[in-house]
Amino acid sequence: MTEYLFLVPILPLAGFLVNGLLLGRLPRPVVSFLACAPVGLSFLLSVLLFFELKELPPDARVIEQVLFPWISSGSFLANIGFLLDPLSAVMILVVTCVGFVIHLYSIGYMHHDPCFGRYFAFLNLFMFSMLTLVLADNFLFMFVGWEGVGLCSYLLIGFWFEKKSASDAGKKAFIVNRIGDFGFLIGMFIIFWQVGSLDFRVVMEAAPTVFVAGGALITAACILLFMGAIGKSAQIPLYVWLPDAMEGPTPVSALIHAATMVTAGVYMIARSNVLYLLAPDALLVVAIVGALTAIFAATIGLAQNDIKRVLAYSTVSQLGYMFLACGVAAFGAGIFHLMTHAFFKALLFLAAGSVIHAMSGEQDMRKMGGMRRHVPVTYITMLIAALTIAGIPGLSGFFSKDEILWKAFSSPYGHPVLWVIGFLTAGLTAFYMFRLIYLTFHGKGRMDAHTREHLHESPKSMTVPLMVLAVLSVVGGWIGIPHLFGVTNFFERWMAPVMSGAGHDAASHAPAAGGGDTGMEVGLMVATVILVLVAILAARKVYGQTPELSTRLREKTPHLHRLLFNKYYVDEIYGAVIVRPLVNMSIFLWKIVDVLIIDGLINGFATIYDDISQLLRTGQTGRVRSYATVFVAGVVALVAYFLLG
Amino acid sequence: MVTIPAFLILAVVIFGIGAVGVLISRNIIVLFMCVELMLNAANLALIAFSRALNIMDGHAFVFLVLAVAAAEAAVGLAILITIFRNRETINIDRFDMLKW
Repeated sequence: MTEYLFLVPILPLAGFLVNGLLLGRLPRPVVSFLACAPVGLSFLLSVLLFFELKELPPDARVIEQVLFPWISSGSFLANIGFLLDPLSAVMILVVTCVGFVIHLYSIGYMHHDPCFGRYFAFLNLFMFSMLTLVLADNFLFMFVGWEGVGLCSYLLIGFWFEKKSASDAGKKAFIVNRIGDFGFLIGMFIIFWQVGSLDFRVVMEAAPTVFVAGGALITAACILLFMGAIGKSAQIPLYVWLPDAMEGPTPVSALIHAATMVTAGVYMIARSNVLYLLAPDALLVVAIVGALTAIFAATIGLAQNDIKRVLAYSTVSQLGYMFLACGVAAFGAGIFHLMTHAFFKALLFLAAGSVIHAMSGEQDMRKMGGMRRHVPVTYITMLIAALTIAGIPGLSGFFSKDEILWKAFSSPYGHPVLWVIGFLTAGLTAFYMFRLIYLTFHGKGRMDAHTREHLHESPKSMTVPLMVLAVLSVVGGWIGIPHLFGVTNFFERWMAPVMSGAGHDAASHAPAAGGGDTGMEVGLMVATVILVLVAILAARKVYGQTPELSTRLREKTPHLHRLLFNKYYVDEIYGAVIVRPLVNMSIFLWKIVDVLIIDGLINGFATIYDDISQLLRTGQTGRVRSYATVFVAGVVALVAYFLLG
Repeated sequence: MVTIPAFLILAVVIFGIGAVGVLISRNIIVLFMCVELMLNAANLALIAFSRALNIMDGHAFVFLVLAVAAAEAAVGLAILITIFRNRETINIDRFDMLKW
């Protein structure tokens, strides 16, 4: 079985090649089948590989398959190789599972689009890149997947490129990601410089002896790698591309900009956990950036009216949670939240897509309302997702979020302040999610009569994926129920072999911690749940029962509302501080330096030579007689000189 | 007895007529004839010196010049005919293709 590991990413690549090369020449059902079947097969293969891996003893759970050496130059060797361990196994399961469901959903959602084949070709290419990213056995091959998903993200955000806002958003995403990737590359160079290899297993084994713990080099390398993660996973200060990425088709937002690609940064940090544990300063940076992003994005989410933008800021905020977890060395908790988030956020996006579908393309929540009677399946599944992300006990989001909060408080790398930020964010999350639910599904309908008549539940191909994801959102967290409920935390045990330092630490801490800590854990958990319930009730009060209250609230705090509504003017600040000077400098370089100076110099020389030549050629008449005249005059002059001189 | 200066003055006069003819003539055939005049003026000077100094070098030169003049006339007329076929003129001022 293990020799088929390479097929997991290769199958979607085959789908991409077939659909991409025969673009638009195949009937739609064939395109759909060719696109979905490879992803489905990859999912089945991932499940089989997972069980294969589970059969092995915990410390031997590593399957490596090297296909062939890719770059071999001097002492440098990069392989095309795949590495399956507990971490990448979780990742390929999540990616192929969510990916397959979203492929199915897309068949219904993109049904009317003229570029059906192109859409699925890109989606398959994305699956290939993402699976390469998580399965690669060295940093460089991972970087191929890393760039590949960036490319697909660009292509799919700008899928409707006739729309200027969409093509602009694609470019923005691509350019902002470049900034992060630059850091990632430099980080990779530092690692290769010091260790002499980029292979994950070699690097992780050698790192503790090569690097001085807490030294400048390892800290720089980790922070530079994290810079890549900041770009890809939309953290402060590079998060600005993600909300704009909502210009893409909704299933793309669900797959790439919620469930999989944006979590690549979290995966990368979890993969390099050995390095990060050697650099506590870098961990602190990760935790602070994560926590700040979490609360920052959540506050923006409070005041947005576009249903997809609320979800986009929610994604940024949840990614902040994941980095907070990584930053307090709870890498397992980060990956756990990554997994549950993939389920419920994909569900939220797909349900939002279903709402938009029913509203004939309208995304503004101010024009929705009262839709629960018209789209019951969408309503129920979205409600489940909202309860999950809010963290209602028993649902998956509760377990993963609670674990992060507890780790932020209790981990040796944690701090109560980090917990407070996470705690407040949990309340904000619940509030804006239920604001969305109440504005969209409850109250009186605010759409125009024409749209109201056309309100309809989506076709089966869209509602079935919703139901599947709803089930996963509910049960997905049950594999990671904390010890405190008297059961073994399967997820933590599963991840332990990969999380070398952190995992064992947590395991050894747990029994020694004693009853006091358990009491604390329960106390914090209860506090969070109470805050979440209060937030939900507040949202119900403001947006559900007395809609005029929200208007009053807005009028009472006009400055705050304007600040949040305009997203803290971050885009404007970046525009004024970075983009405008860059554009101005580019115009200067173009018009002054290039056109005036460089072109002017070269053309100027040419013009000077041309003018001189024009002057000289007047003497060159081409007539033999005039040449002869000059010749004779010369002879006469010479003779005269010698005779008279 | 005709003296050397008389020969030389005659040679200079013939040479001058030839040179002026080359410069002012538009007809290429006249131009050729003027070139012949100049060559023969040079021949006359050579012969005169040869005789005055009583050595034979001048004579040898004159034979060479006559041979070259004959060859030059043959080649020049051939070129002239070719040009005339293309341009249908023998006006030298129209032959300005040396210049672009």
